Amino acid sequence: MAIIGNKKYQERINEHLAKYPDKRSAVMPLLYIAQEEYGWVNDEGIAEVAQLCDMDATQVKSIAGFYTMYSEKPKGKYWLQVCTDLACALRGADELHHELLHELGIEEGGTTEDGMFTAEHVMCLAGCDRAPMLQCNFHFVEAVGGLTMAHLRELIAAARQDDKTLQKLIAKWRDEVNKQVQQS
Amino acid sequence: MSETKHILLRWKDVKADFRKLAEYRKHEGFEGLKKALAAKPEEVIDVVKNSGLRGRGGAGFPTGVKWSFIPKQEPIKYFVVNADESETGTFKDRLIMETNPYQLLEGLLIGAYAIGAHTAYIYLRGEFWDIAAQLDACIEEMRKEGLVGKNILGSGYDCEIYTHLGAGAYICGEETALLNSLEGKLGQPRVRPPFPANKGGGLYGEPTVVNNVETIANVPWIMTHGADAYKAIGTEQSAGTKLYCVSGHVKKPGVYELPFSATFRELLVDICGGPSVEGRSFKALLPSGGSGPIVPLNDKVLDTRMSYEDTAKIGTIIGSASLIVMDDSVDITWVASKVTKFFKHESCGKCTPCREGTYWLDKVIDRIMAGEGSERDITLIENVAKNMAGITLCALGEFAANPIIHTIKQFPDDFKQHVKKDGKAAKPVALPAAGD
Repeated sequence: MAIIGNKKYQERINEHLAKYPDKRSAVMPLLYIAQEEYGWVNDEGIAEVAQLCDMDATQVKSIAGFYTMYSEKPKGKYWLQVCTDLACALRGADELHHELLHELGIEEGGTTEDGMFTAEHVMCLAGCDRAPMLQCNFHFVEAVGGLTMAHLRELIAAARQDDKTLQKLIAKWRDEVNKQVQQS
Repeated sequence: MSETKHILLRWKDVKADFRKLAEYRKHEGFEGLKKALAAKPEEVIDVVKNSGLRGRGGAGFPTGVKWSFIPKQEPIKYFVVNADESETGTFKDRLIMETNPYQLLEGLLIGAYAIGAHTAYIYLRGEFWDIAAQLDACIEEMRKEGLVGKNILGSGYDCEIYTHLGAGAYICGEETALLNSLEGKLGQPRVRPPFPANKGGGLYGEPTVVNNVETIANVPWIMTHGADAYKAIGTEQSAGTKLYCVSGHVKKPGVYELPFSATFRELLVDICGGPSVEGRSFKALLPSGGSGPIVPLNDKVLDTRMSYEDTAKIGTIIGSASLIVMDDSVDITWVASKVTKFFKHESCGKCTPCREGTYWLDKVIDRIMAGEGSERDITLIENVAKNMAGITLCALGEFAANPIIHTIKQFPDDFKQHVKKDGKAAKPVALPAAGD
């Protein structure tokens, strides 16, 4: 595994490096690529990003540690982040978050034994009018009237089936939300 | 605003899909840019100045004035759009980018031309992963029609636009922290002066303008219809329309575009349908997300216009217009706790009053929430909060102090019911139930 010399990422890496007058600015987009390759931001990824951006590994590590979207430990295949901030909590997000952890049989921030799901709560995700809502691998999961446990059970079952089924389900809910927006 | 209903969500009036470049161009799209490119940069700045457009990120600073601070003689300048939208209860910039992306990109080009920048960055919060991809696709569509890159619309003006994703840090919405983050450094605020507009203060040390998404999305309309038409909408000190984000206990939460002259009642009762649960009534309102002062949602507030000057009169701000509505089932102590936890999590750790203060506020409120607090704790949190406000490098220290100071001031009984009196155990905070 590697990002340097990996054909899969070559074009994207070059594009990011070309965007800025200073290579250091590419550290954030390249950390995302490292996370994509290794599943989390590990020492190998940090060393490669440091080499690409002409930085010290320590500097790159400090950037990875400062921002919450870089994971410093391995995650499940699906990273579920439930917003439990004020606007979502007013519409039952705290309970939804707890029920989700219970359903998956994990503690806050934990990963299921089969390595499928990691779940945790996060701060405001800018989806307050569709509360409660969550993010799955950085893609918004929202439904008209807000997510319920019924939605989440459907989501878990779809993901356990295969990724295509899951993406189809999320897209279906998104289409319903978009339709509502266009008609508003 | 008799005929103009929407400026930022124009697609609603003409019933078109503005996510498609052809549709957008059919309905005045890029007319503002054409007008701008035919004028001198300083003339464009004058139009924006005269329109009365103020920054929609929260501070309300006059946009044209901000642009005029950029020194002309400097060869390199940058234009940066702040799409970090992370304030609790804010989801308006997301809607602009999702439904009207070209209007933002057009406004960006007009701004960049006005200040003489040839490179522009859009800094998006990391969670806007899909939106960044959509904007990248829009920029490529524009390139095919000569609307970005070299010699835009044959004018001889060049400009490149790039998107940059953050990675989950509220502080990066603060403009100097945003610039640090864009430079590949920790997203922490810088010491000012120099300000971003000054040499040495902006991106890579070059003069830089940082504007919010909603601010910039107003600019094409202003160029097309003129400063006077824009000024005619809204109130004397708050020109134009605003996207109001409504969340919490109303029947129809969402983003609504209204002139600044509209009242809270028109929005929360007439449009959003009043309290979401039958039999409940409004109790409190956070008009500007977690960071603005909370107010009781009474008749006086409901009859106030949602402008910069009118909200100041009732002791709060309109800021980013992120209205979080709470009904009478909510204990405001819990609200203070939620908001304080947000700021504790988001404090970047650079300034001691904010880093330590948010930690202590959270600890003491948790104690009160558990029914373990004393009346002295209320004085203690007021003292801690007062020692955070106004003495940090950025406004987050003050934002973090606001919820406590104002919740205790406006809803003292909510706090007092939880503190011990004469050694008797107090009542812990009941949390709102699902579906409330």
